Amino acid sequence: MKMFEFMAKDIFGQNGIPVPQGRVAYSADEAAQVAREIGGPVVIKSQVLTGGRGKAGGIKFADTPEEAKQAAEVLLQSEIRGLKIEQVLVVEKIKIEKEIYVAIALDGAARKPLVIASTHGGMDIEEVPEEHLVKYYLDINIGIMPYVSREITRQMGVRGEIAKQIQGVLQKMWQVFKAYDAELAEINPLVISGDKIIAADGKMTVDDEADFRWPQGTPYVEERTEVEKKAHELGISYVELDGDIGVMANGAGITMATLDIIQHFGGAAKNFMDAGGGSSMEATAKALEILISTKPKAILANIFGGITRCDDVAMAFAKVKESIGIPVPVVIRLVGTNQDEGVRILKEIGIDAYSRVDEAVAKAVELARQA
Amino acid sequence: MAVIIDENTRVIVQGATGKQGSFHLGQMVAYGSKVVGGISPGKGGQEVEGVPVFDTVAEAVEKVRPDASIIFIPSQGVKDAAFEAIDAGIKTVVIITEHVPVHDEMAIMALAKERGTIVLGPNTFGIVSPGKCKMGIMPNAVFNTPGNVGVVARSGTLSYEIVFNLSNAGVGQSTVVGLGGDRVVGLSFVDVLKMFEADPGTEAVVLVGEIGGNAEEVASQYIKEMTKPVVAFLAGKSAPPGKRMGHAGAIIERGKGTFASKAEALTAAGAKVAGLPWQVPQLIQESLGRK
Repeated sequence: MKMFEFMAKDIFGQNGIPVPQGRVAYSADEAAQVAREIGGPVVIKSQVLTGGRGKAGGIKFADTPEEAKQAAEVLLQSEIRGLKIEQVLVVEKIKIEKEIYVAIALDGAARKPLVIASTHGGMDIEEVPEEHLVKYYLDINIGIMPYVSREITRQMGVRGEIAKQIQGVLQKMWQVFKAYDAELAEINPLVISGDKIIAADGKMTVDDEADFRWPQGTPYVEERTEVEKKAHELGISYVELDGDIGVMANGAGITMATLDIIQHFGGAAKNFMDAGGGSSMEATAKALEILISTKPKAILANIFGGITRCDDVAMAFAKVKESIGIPVPVVIRLVGTNQDEGVRILKEIGIDAYSRVDEAVAKAVELARQA
Repeated sequence: MAVIIDENTRVIVQGATGKQGSFHLGQMVAYGSKVVGGISPGKGGQEVEGVPVFDTVAEAVEKVRPDASIIFIPSQGVKDAAFEAIDAGIKTVVIITEHVPVHDEMAIMALAKERGTIVLGPNTFGIVSPGKCKMGIMPNAVFNTPGNVGVVARSGTLSYEIVFNLSNAGVGQSTVVGLGGDRVVGLSFVDVLKMFEADPGTEAVVLVGEIGGNAEEVASQYIKEMTKPVVAFLAGKSAPPGKRMGHAGAIIERGKGTFASKAEALTAAGAKVAGLPWQVPQLIQESLGRK
């Protein structure tokens, strides 16, 4: 889950990383109030979950509270890359002498956290030439101990008092990365201003699988649509698509392959729904109800039972058919664990199960076309 | 022959008395796997499906000398369970559980590397050497055709589909390996391709991949060096860009990780590429016939 800049910076600040004075504002008046409290030139920054804010005009400067109010008014009525600006961050303007980039990210292929650091901060990190980037893989069980941070600043070519301050920031970023189960913690730019450094921007993404361990009140931004949220609560991954066949399968890979096969037979899926492995009868029934609520022209279930039991799936269809009814044609491909029992249950409620996926998909495409 | 597990592998089950653990312990016993113990803290001395239950992995190591452990513990306890197995000297650990925090996955892989332990998963369907040993949740009836084709996959049910097609066409398998669908897992495609290349019982390999990430492109680099033929199945040909399809990695961003780019890399490396499951047996038979 992503966080807004102001959330990430609050966390950085609470953990001893220097951040500019200021706070979030939800209205133009509130922005003026924050500017008054700061009492000097301020920066008004749109809070949206996309990069390239500056280039899109999402960052404005103001010398007085009145100017800050006007700037906030404009921003709070605009969009950046289709995302509405709901709040702005008002912070003191920092004198920038040099911009540094520091981030701890997750490298799945290496199975390790990776520190990326550069003395060429401020711009999109993908545009920084390779020779100006320091990449340092961390041992998750060591993290950024003081000696690790000293080696990183040495590789960056930074010396003296500033190097010590960057080392402190790196060590604290590691504490945050670990405490919040972060997937990304990024400061760009980390600004050198006189003999001080300050985190002028901040970004954080946290792993929602670890929410049981997050410090209390960890903020994050919900990025799902209503149907997707409902599905997520059931442990189902759901993505809306443009076609007309409602699809349910168990497993991300087979769901994707099912969509490919639908396309092969000239049809189009209305959604991607991975009902997960080992779902209970109740959870499968709820998943089916979600699918029905999206009003597809036909429903195709492709179930290859492993940890999922075919009889549970069949019972779910029987239950939904009896309680709310299934108003569109249903095609089920059912093989694997407890297959015979599943096929028998379906037969009782008048649904034929297929064993071959190509036959099932061809039938579903045909039924959707006739509807 | 087979890779990682065979008829001599002595298996323990961590989480043996839970709903999933006990059901699949029974399925593994029915398959013919040598399940020598179950672990369930506080339930030592009991039996599940005729298999003795121990309180800790260390106790099982002392009493029944296991080689491999399969974990059915809820996600919050997986790090502890995996550390327990690795620390007790188990050399192969299969983690079925999904939704494991990625920091825990990194910690498990770091310890496994230090101790020389093979980890499959998390979020894997497991591993099976047909006719010899099954450590996983795959349906027994579909994985009962021994043969000489190795299969390596990230995705579980998709592999069932591919193996179903292979077995129905009379193409048996040496070992079917599930890497796991998460961002951080123990083995890569290349690690397993190397094992199949070295295994005298494997004559061809099916790689089951999907859109997103660059694992298939990295695998292509190694496939170039292989002497055994490779057939790759790729899921996600119809996926629109920018939509994450379930798996953490299954998303096309900025034109990277597309079906076309993966198919091109694999074809250039000498692999045959299938976009539909029923094309796989035919391509394997062609590959083996030509050799």
